[in-house]
Amino acid sequence: MSASERIAGGREQRVLEIIETARSKRPRFRDERITTAHGAGGKATQTLIEALLVPAFGSPALEALGDAGAVRIGGLDLALTTDSFVVKPIRFPGGSIGELAVNGTVNDLAVSGARPIALSLSLILEEGLETDVLRAEINAIAAAARSSGAEIITGDTKVVERGHADQLYICTTGIGQIDPRARLSPAALRPGDRIIVSGTIGEHGTAIMLARGSFELDAEIVSDTRPLWPAVDALLEAAGPSLRAMRDATRGGVATVLNELARASGVGIVVREADVPVHPTVAAASELLGIDPMHVANEGKLVLFVAAEAAEEALAALRAVDGCERAAQIGEVTEGPAGMVLVDTAFGGRRVMDQLVGDPLPRIC
Amino acid sequence: MRYVEEFRDPELGHAMAGEILATVEPGRHYKLMEVCGGHTHSIYKYGIDDLLPANVELVHGPGCPVCVIPMGRVDDGIAIALQPRVTLTCFGDMLRVPGSRGTLLDAKAQGADVRMVYSPLDALRIARQNPDREVVFFAIGFETTAPSTALTLRRAKAEGVANFSCICNHVTILPPVRALLESPDLRLDGFIGPGHVCTVVGARPFEFIPADYGRPVVISGFEPLDILQSIHMLLRQLAEGRCEVENQYRRVVPYDGNLRALEVMADVFELRPHFEWRGMGFISHSALKLSAAYEEFDAERRFSAPGVRIADPKACQCGEVLKGVIKPWECKVFGTACTPEHAIGTCMVSPEGACAAYYNYGRLARTRQVV
Repeated sequence: MSASERIAGGREQRVLEIIETARSKRPRFRDERITTAHGAGGKATQTLIEALLVPAFGSPALEALGDAGAVRIGGLDLALTTDSFVVKPIRFPGGSIGELAVNGTVNDLAVSGARPIALSLSLILEEGLETDVLRAEINAIAAAARSSGAEIITGDTKVVERGHADQLYICTTGIGQIDPRARLSPAALRPGDRIIVSGTIGEHGTAIMLARGSFELDAEIVSDTRPLWPAVDALLEAAGPSLRAMRDATRGGVATVLNELARASGVGIVVREADVPVHPTVAAASELLGIDPMHVANEGKLVLFVAAEAAEEALAALRAVDGCERAAQIGEVTEGPAGMVLVDTAFGGRRVMDQLVGDPLPRIC
Repeated sequence: MRYVEEFRDPELGHAMAGEILATVEPGRHYKLMEVCGGHTHSIYKYGIDDLLPANVELVHGPGCPVCVIPMGRVDDGIAIALQPRVTLTCFGDMLRVPGSRGTLLDAKAQGADVRMVYSPLDALRIARQNPDREVVFFAIGFETTAPSTALTLRRAKAEGVANFSCICNHVTILPPVRALLESPDLRLDGFIGPGHVCTVVGARPFEFIPADYGRPVVISGFEPLDILQSIHMLLRQLAEGRCEVENQYRRVVPYDGNLRALEVMADVFELRPHFEWRGMGFISHSALKLSAAYEEFDAERRFSAPGVRIADPKACQCGEVLKGVIKPWECKVFGTACTPEHAIGTCMVSPEGACAAYYNYGRLARTRQVV
């Protein structure tokens, strides 16, 4: 064997640079109609938001594209967020639409470093909905609100003709007080920062998929829906100023969070696939359906970016929180390639991990 | 997951990569084609390129069922989907394949009842549950999926499900491989054979490749160790001057195939005289249609569809990609005008498409070892 050397293809490299330039430009919205892909939380959703919605409003707080918007009132830093829930089926193993409607909103506040304080509740009900179904969801909402520490202080009710909605849709808006220990920003990631997930990923999306029954797969997997403020509170206590950013990894999964933050901070991210905690049933279902668990929705998992020196403390604090016992460090922030997420595969190769365009499964939350 | 993770063992992978390195002849360049899109997907997904020396080049072949569907067939599917009382069912990746005026997903947004299914049997179930609808299955795929369509049609016939029909786009793998071997602009040293197709047709039909064209074939599984081992087996054949069909995927592929599946296919389908392949033009005896005994289930007979041949967009080089003449990134529109969000060509849509696999997983400057 002759002396070996390492080479990189020059022309391919130039093409890759052109592609990255094209990708880093603000997207244009070119679709003639809205399709389910625009609601799936991947690239199509992102294009809708960044190219059609955000430019129309000219709000710097909105342009930050955080999970909640920040507003200062009378010297008080508040976070405001809103979310609509259209999940189908409305009850699924591990939870229901009512519980989701509270947890989804309080979690958007929590990962913005804000303690949830108050919620609004809007209900869109389909004519003919059974009262027992509604009552069960109202009870679920009340229980979830109590355990999150936020109070429902206002609301609205509408009824639409049969067939114009699917049982019930819920919209909640939440307000929270930003914790003084929090210094979070999606643009704050620095090379060397560590990436932590708060537990096994992909369970909510998998539970919904199986609950729909269209795959005829039987498996015991339940949604991970839970409030995240206790986890955030513990993290702020353990490593407050060293926490760079947090995200609630809902639609589009952990992969979408990583891509959004890599772009927002102009850094690269490398994930070690073997270190990502995945429940064996989720791994098996994903394998069978050809889906990467990193693209599957969660409803009670946060992704944390933390300075290297505080990573161990943050992880220990997180693991002490109920429901976060399987929190794990999954990777690191790198200088480049800017805006890209790479995966070191368990097999020993390296690949790109992009966002999905759409999702084969709409209406998961 | 037992019987899966064993084939993803990183230590065995590195050992196999070492054996590959020891087998290649210094200074010689090897071009091996993986015929099947499933292999292309695995190669990028596991970063297998990273484990190969730079002088072993993998060339992506024509075996992605979605990629080879010409635009005119998509237009026909959309035209049928838009007819009153029709429910059109298909596999998920077909939904986003562009026809001349949009995709099936766009047709759905305009009110067509288009549903994704994981199996043709799901389509038949939808037909049974909705007797007032005409349920059409848009069938695609090589010999891998054709038997399940055939079995579904047999069941539909036995049960007399009159509101079920099928747009048959099933294709066969050997005619395009032969066309590639006849083509003057491609020099290949060997083939990684399509394991899934071979579970049905067996390894024997590939014997013409070494016999008539002097190129070795190794039928391969889809896990990363399978693929590395198959590459090693091909390189050993080349090093030892052998040229034959070998079966790496013996745990699944019988040398003579699955006779029952072949028998069902022969009953339900017959060869079309010719079929248009995206970017490759018309290839004789390369696709299946429903046989006379099943023509009552032929959606092309039941519904009127334009049936027009639509030329591929000028900028699109899917044909060259499918033939392995160019790499995905060498296409003029790759990654700029043609992306997974707004695909111009089919190869950017299906996860098995070479362009989608490269864009989603492989878009990465690599440094590799030169021997």
